[in-house]
Parts: sequence; C-alpha cells; structure tokens
Amino acid sequence: MAPSIDMEARFLDYVSAENKVEPKDWMPDAYRKTLVRQISQHAHSEIVGMLPEANWITRAPSLRAKLILLAKVQDEAGHGLYLYSSAETLGTSRDQMINDLHTGKAKYSSIFNYPTLTWADMGAVGWLVDGAAIQNQVMLCRTSYGPYSRAMVRICKEESFHQRQGYEIMMHLARGTKEQKAMAQDALNRWWWPSLMMFGPSDDQSPNSAQSMAWRIKRKSNDELRQEFIDKTVPQAEFLGLTLPDPDLKWNEERGHYDFGPIDWAEFFAVVAGNGPCNTERLEARRSAHAEGAWVREAATAYAAKQAARRAATAPTAKASAA
Amino acid sequence: MKWDTCDASVQYLLHLGDDALILGHRLSEWCGHGPILEEDIALSNLALDLVGLARQYYQLAAQRIGDGMTEDRIAYWRSDREFRNHVLVEQPNGDFGDTMARQFYFDAFHFLQLEALQHSSDIELAAIARKAIKETTYHAQHSSEWIVRLGDGTDESRARITASLARFWPFTSELFEPSSVDRAAHAAGWGPDVASLRGPWLDLVHEVLHQAGLQLPEGPAKLLRGKSGIHSESLGFLLAEMQSLPRAYPDATW
Amino acid sequence: MSTPDQWPLWEVFVRSKNGLSHKHSGSLHAPDAEMALKNARDVYTRRSEGTSIWVVPSSAIVASAPDEKEVLFAPSDDKVYRHPTFYEIPDEVGHM
Repeated sequence: MAPSIDMEARFLDYVSAENKVEPKDWMPDAYRKTLVRQISQHAHSEIVGMLPEANWITRAPSLRAKLILLAKVQDEAGHGLYLYSSAETLGTSRDQMINDLHTGKAKYSSIFNYPTLTWADMGAVGWLVDGAAIQNQVMLCRTSYGPYSRAMVRICKEESFHQRQGYEIMMHLARGTKEQKAMAQDALNRWWWPSLMMFGPSDDQSPNSAQSMAWRIKRKSNDELRQEFIDKTVPQAEFLGLTLPDPDLKWNEERGHYDFGPIDWAEFFAVVAGNGPCNTERLEARRSAHAEGAWVREAATAYAAKQAARRAATAPTAKASAA
Repeated sequence: MKWDTCDASVQYLLHLGDDALILGHRLSEWCGHGPILEEDIALSNLALDLVGLARQYYQLAAQRIGDGMTEDRIAYWRSDREFRNHVLVEQPNGDFGDTMARQFYFDAFHFLQLEALQHSSDIELAAIARKAIKETTYHAQHSSEWIVRLGDGTDESRARITASLARFWPFTSELFEPSSVDRAAHAAGWGPDVASLRGPWLDLVHEVLHQAGLQLPEGPAKLLRGKSGIHSESLGFLLAEMQSLPRAYPDATW
Repeated sequence: MSTPDQWPLWEVFVRSKNGLSHKHSGSLHAPDAEMALKNARDVYTRRSEGTSIWVVPSSAIVASAPDEKEVLFAPSDDKVYRHPTFYEIPDEVGHM
C-alpha cells in the first residue's frame, strides 16, 4: 500500500489530537526513521553514560556511596535496555543498533565524552547531567510514540533518586573541608557549560526540529528546555554556596527568567565530531566489552539450541497421544 | 584498634564481611563492561547484594566494638594484612568465564556456610544469615547455570571454562581449612566446622560440572592464609584503589 | 540471518505482589526461557518479592489488528511488531 498524501495528513491529524502511535500503526517512513534514530541514540547515551560514573564505583569513599552509585549506574543500564526494546518495536534490532554505535554511525549524548576526574564529579554529573536529562525526559513522557512514551514514564519514575544522589554529594562536599568544597566548585566549573550544551543548539539551527514538533515526538524546543533547566538550577547552586562559572548569569525580572552568557558551540561541535576528551575511550570500552563477550553470547545461544533439540528428541509425540 | 586480638565474635564477623566486600567489589568492576546488557545488570545485582551483606556484618561488628567504630572505618582503614577474606575472592576478574568459575566455587561454599549460620548461637548473626541465604541461593543458581551454558555451549566456551575452573581450583582448599577465627567461632557455636563443608561442597560442584559435561579439576592446593591476613599480591592493589579517597583526605567525612 | 551470538527477543509480563493481572513491562534478549525469567526479574522487578513473571518469545505473540475506525493500520500483519528477525526459522527445526 503506497503511502498517499491523505495518509500523511490523517497521521498528522491523529498525532495533533494527542493520540498515541503504536507499533502496528501506519506511520510515515520519516517518522519511523526519526524515532529509530532518536530512541536508539537515547539508549546509546544511557549505556555510554554508565562509563564515566562506573569509573568511580571502585573508589567510592563510603560503603553507602558505593552501593548508591552502583545502583544508579545499574539503573542506567536498565534504562538503555527499555529504550532499545522500544526502538526494536519499530523494525530495528538490538544488534543493528549496537553495530551502528560501534561503527560511529549512531551518536550518543556528547556530555559523556568528558572525563570524571574527582569524586565531586559524581555529584555534578548526578545533579546537572541527570538534571538536564530529566528535563528532557519529563517532556518525552508525552511523546507521540506509545512504546517510547511508556519507556520514558518508567524511566522518570526511577530517575528521581539519581539527581537527588548527585545533589546530596555536592551538599556534603560544599559543607565539608576546604579541599572538599574546592573539589565541588571545580567539578561545577567543568560540568556546567557541557550540561547546557546537552539540550542542543537553538532549534532554528536544527533541521529536524520542526518536523519532530509537528509529529509530537518533540514537545518543547531546545531553548525552552535549556532555559527551564537554568531557572531551576541556579537557586540550587546558590543554596550550595557555590559559584556558577558564568559572569553574565543574572535574573531578568522582565523576562521572568535568568539571562545567561554565550555558549561555546565550537566546543560542542568539536566534541560531537569526535574530538572531545574521552570519545575514543568511551567507544573503545563499548567495542571491547562487546567483542570480548562474543564467545559468551555464542555459548549461550549454542546451549539453548542444544537444549531445544534435546527436548524435541525426547518429547512424546503429541499427535499420537492426542489421538 | 587491635584487629587480630579483639573480641572473637567481631573477628568472625569481619572475616564474613571481608569475603562479601572483596567479592562484591570485584563484581562491581564489571559494571559497564559485561558481555551483554542483561548480564551487566545481573552482575551489578550480585555486587549490590554482596556489598549490602558486607555492610550488615560490618555494622554489627562496629556496634560490638563500640567506641565510635563505623562500617567505613572497618572497610577503608584496615591494611591488607588486617583483611580476613579468602584469597579466592580477591583474585582478578579475568574474562567472564574466570569470573563465573570464581563465583561458582564461592557461591556453593557460601550457600553451605549460610545454611549453617542460620542456626548460629549468635542470634544477630543468624538473622543476617537467614536474610542472606535467599539471595545467595539465587547467586548459586546464576553461577551454576553459567557453568553449564559455558561447559555445554561451544568448543571455545568449553575450553575457556575448563581453563578457568582449573585456574581457580587450587584456591578452593582454603575454604575448608579452618583458621583460628573459624575454630573459635565453631567452638562457640557461631559457625560451622568449615572442614565438614568440603564433602557437601564437592557434591554440589560435581553435580553442576557433570551437567556441564566437565571434569572435576585436579591438582595440589595452594598454600593460602588469607584468613590470617597473608594475601596474594592482588589484594594490595585492590585496596589501594578502594581506599584511596578517604586516605587522601584523612580529615574529611564522606 | 541471525548470527550465532544474537539472542532472541522476549516479551515480559509482570504481576506485582498485590496485582490482579500480568502487565506488559517491556522486552529483553535472552538465549533461553530460564535466562529470560532471571533477567526479567533483574531488569523489570529489581527482584522485589512476590511478583509473578511471564516471559514469551516475541515471535510467539499474535496480535489483533487495530480498530480501523480509530487508528491508522497496517494491513494483514498479525505479528506484534515489524521485527526483522521474527520470521527466522532456527536451523535446528530443519533437523526435526
């Protein structure tokens, strides 16, 4: 059945009326492709995002912190899994998506190409990076594609402790020794701007944005989300007694929002292009894990096949006994 | 704090906690590097269970020591000579087969040990064991199933797991050689005679290996005294990493 | 054609401790039913007590066509998703 203009128009009306699109529904090819790209990249971000935090599990400075960090990173693995599952409903496979990640064809959030250098980074990442992600995720709970929106609802429920965990670390450090407070300030200095870049450039720079908004995949613009994040976060930083590394940050009474300084988009594009501090290491870690695990996955598949064959060989002939 | 002359029940709790912490720490190293996402999550769950168990033992020990002792002072401020875990659990992860072999051997022992500890005359210890045995049963199933899958999977997996099981076999003897702490605990009715666990352990191990189509490894035991604080070279590196942050900032709390 | 290290897709249904029926939670990959159940427990219930889990190979699920009046539909397709490997016949079936 060749898609007609009529089908596309019907689809647009359907999503405009806030209906959910489900896996078996007709959808424009471009809608399907955009979603596969977006959901899979979201999934990749969760998986790659495990690495900068997993870095500190073995050095967590208390047993409670060790457990909390391990649980948080494990959650991220789970979130990646929910998202891969959602994407698979659109006609791609986990292996295809993983392959695209490893060959560099698919992207992941560039924030994870920055190094986590101190324990305070665990605080800053939880507070700012998860905070920014939550901003985006809450919006996506209302996305038009059913499986994606349901995955996001599940993720949002589990996300609540992540940001709190990060902020709690920052609070403890900010109120601690001089070195701890300096550690917290240093982490904030390094993670603030990259967190703002997480929302992406202004939508007028992004060719897909308008179509994504029309199809109700995207519900708010990048700039809107970024502004919301800043407005929420500035008072949190003030409460910590830490300084945000932006001399232009100022409350604008007229706008009802914080004004902020210019973002260095050159840095953003350099990191997206693969030249950030940890791009190579992150992808290498994922490629190695996958390659080194191949024999394990193959063994499990082989065993399952053997078991299936054994069951088939020993099963009484059902037809004969049913006769 | 004189770790090797303090109260005998505390020494026993530290031994139990050390096994759980060191093994949990090793498993946590897999986070983000597992052979498939689902297994990454499974390994993290094992790590969470074991570190959680260690905390329970350490918290009870800290309570009994009193004097402001905490689980973190126990975990982060003892040297390798003061740790009382079996040398088996501090061994590096190696590949997934190595990790499963190490896990399989320990899980079978741990299950039998907890079965006995449920009836400990140390009531608080018994309570911990009763809760922990559910998780450990799950752990033992998980590692056993992997031994079977890898043993009865492909030619490559069979070769690899055979080598892994052989590699860790010499470390298992220490599980059944009572240390002075084990002997004191058994005499007081707190814990089992670990030597008596060898028979049931061999039965469990043999059953799984048979299902996997594998042979019981052979070979002499290593001379191991981890339970007395003489460890392999691995533990020093592990603790250097694990304890680094509090030791770098001794006047800070975390 | 699936490669030897690809694990098939399973759908997971969970009934919570005080729940009345199993709800679809999502999917995961596993080589066999036993691991599918264990993984489902780890991923979709975080091992909370008293939950009941069903796992079903995704390829075994037959779905109804959406109501034509209300939604856009894809004709004559009773598979639950358009998954490229759903229609694979495992090698060993040929030997039975």
